[in-house]
Amino acid sequence: MNLTLYIWRQARGEAEGRLVRYDAPDINPDMSFLEMLDVVNERLIHQGERPIEFEHDCREGICGSCGVVVDGIAHGPLPATATCQLHMRHFKDGDSLTIEPWRAKGFPVVQDLVVDRGAFDRIIQAGGFISASTGNAPEANSLPVGKDVAELAMDAAECIGCGACVAQCPNGAAHLFTAAKLAHLGLLPQGQPERYQRVVAMVERMEQEGFGSCSNFRECEAVCPKQVSSHWISRMNRDYLKAQLFLDRGPEKKRASGPG
Amino acid sequence: MAESRSVLSSSLGKKAVMAVSGLILVGFVLAHMAGNLKMYLGREAFNHYAAGLRELGQPFFPHGGLLWVARGVLLAAVVAHIGSAWLLTRQAQRARATRYQRHAYAQADYAVRTMRWGGVILLLFVVYHLLHLTLGVVHPSFTHPETLPGGTEAYHAYENLVAGFAGHPLVALAYMAANLALGFHLYHGIWSAGRSLGLGTASSDALWRRAALLVAFVVTAGNLSFPIAVLCGVVK
Repeated sequence: MNLTLYIWRQARGEAEGRLVRYDAPDINPDMSFLEMLDVVNERLIHQGERPIEFEHDCREGICGSCGVVVDGIAHGPLPATATCQLHMRHFKDGDSLTIEPWRAKGFPVVQDLVVDRGAFDRIIQAGGFISASTGNAPEANSLPVGKDVAELAMDAAECIGCGACVAQCPNGAAHLFTAAKLAHLGLLPQGQPERYQRVVAMVERMEQEGFGSCSNFRECEAVCPKQVSSHWISRMNRDYLKAQLFLDRGPEKKRASGPG
Repeated sequence: MAESRSVLSSSLGKKAVMAVSGLILVGFVLAHMAGNLKMYLGREAFNHYAAGLRELGQPFFPHGGLLWVARGVLLAAVVAHIGSAWLLTRQAQRARATRYQRHAYAQADYAVRTMRWGGVILLLFVVYHLLHLTLGVVHPSFTHPETLPGGTEAYHAYENLVAGFAGHPLVALAYMAANLALGFHLYHGIWSAGRSLGLGTASSDALWRRAALLVAFVVTAGNLSFPIAVLCGVVK
């Protein structure tokens, strides 16, 4: 199949970029989207041009490294699919595709299609952990977790941190990512002692990183490669409002308040 | 984990303000629509209802007292609603300072996509509506309330309503367009308020959706019927 690509090119250290047209002839429909970009890059290298930078790692849809916006949709048109698992057979011969990087103040463009997602790491650093004593693993039966709760926590923990939710959100909000991380810890008994400190700390970090507000567009869950549901955002709102309005805001007192 | 700042410094806090103020206004539009249904009972009943609004809360409140309290609460809700909307929109625009060259929606419906400009339309309509049927400034033949001998007040809400729409199809059309905008705003807003307050979680989300649809439909259908009823001569 033959494609026409309009790809965002932005040199490292430059504030401005532009869409550049590339012809991509003889693309095998069984290639993944990233393999298609590999082919385009091979040709660019042979012509002595700078290849298109894009992020990738496992190419199995589980690492969260890859991701570009294809015709305005993060990770492209196929639901529940990361860019690396999107295959060219889902496009038509002769298609024109516009390929852009994630766009958000919290995700500055590094080069071409690569953005800096360090903001997600800093949100995790603010509270996306549990404080536990190290040593031998505890006896599993001493901390029972119901099957329904375990499955819900796993639904939230499926988030791979790719950032598609932010990229697709018309408000550039990071609510789905933050809410998923809060839910997978906050559902389990190990996450209870710091539950309300955690939500306040992670939400504040999220806002400091320049992410937007949530208008409940639900665009995030539609492009999430792991189909993390936007109703976790409601749970985050509940825990945040409860922590801010009804619980003591001192960190020590909040820790003592325990599960709620 | 650091000491927290004010709840209103975060977008989550501002969304809670927007949700609470919005739900107050939902209560108002429901009551406003239900009260206006009395126009179908005739002139006497409708004008009596208009006068009766001043007697709400008596004898605890003086004449017109509770009505002014309600107006104060509504004005505060409107200011809080618009203020938080303004701040949240600014935050969202800063977060997406560079826009996509090619933008598409994955699943967002018409209602959520028109919340901001729909809200502006509603504000303009509310101003017009107050000037039209409450204050009579832009009304062709407004009859102001008068105090009769003996101290009772006479209201002419029914006559003003009929004169405001009969023979003025463009005015009626503007009211109908604004109420369609209100319907979409309610449909998204009520459901969204549940989520913003942390009440629309997995188990109750579908219930909030249905409630939002029901309230939006009832309010819009009721409000649309009023100008139509006048134009068709059902209310005359």
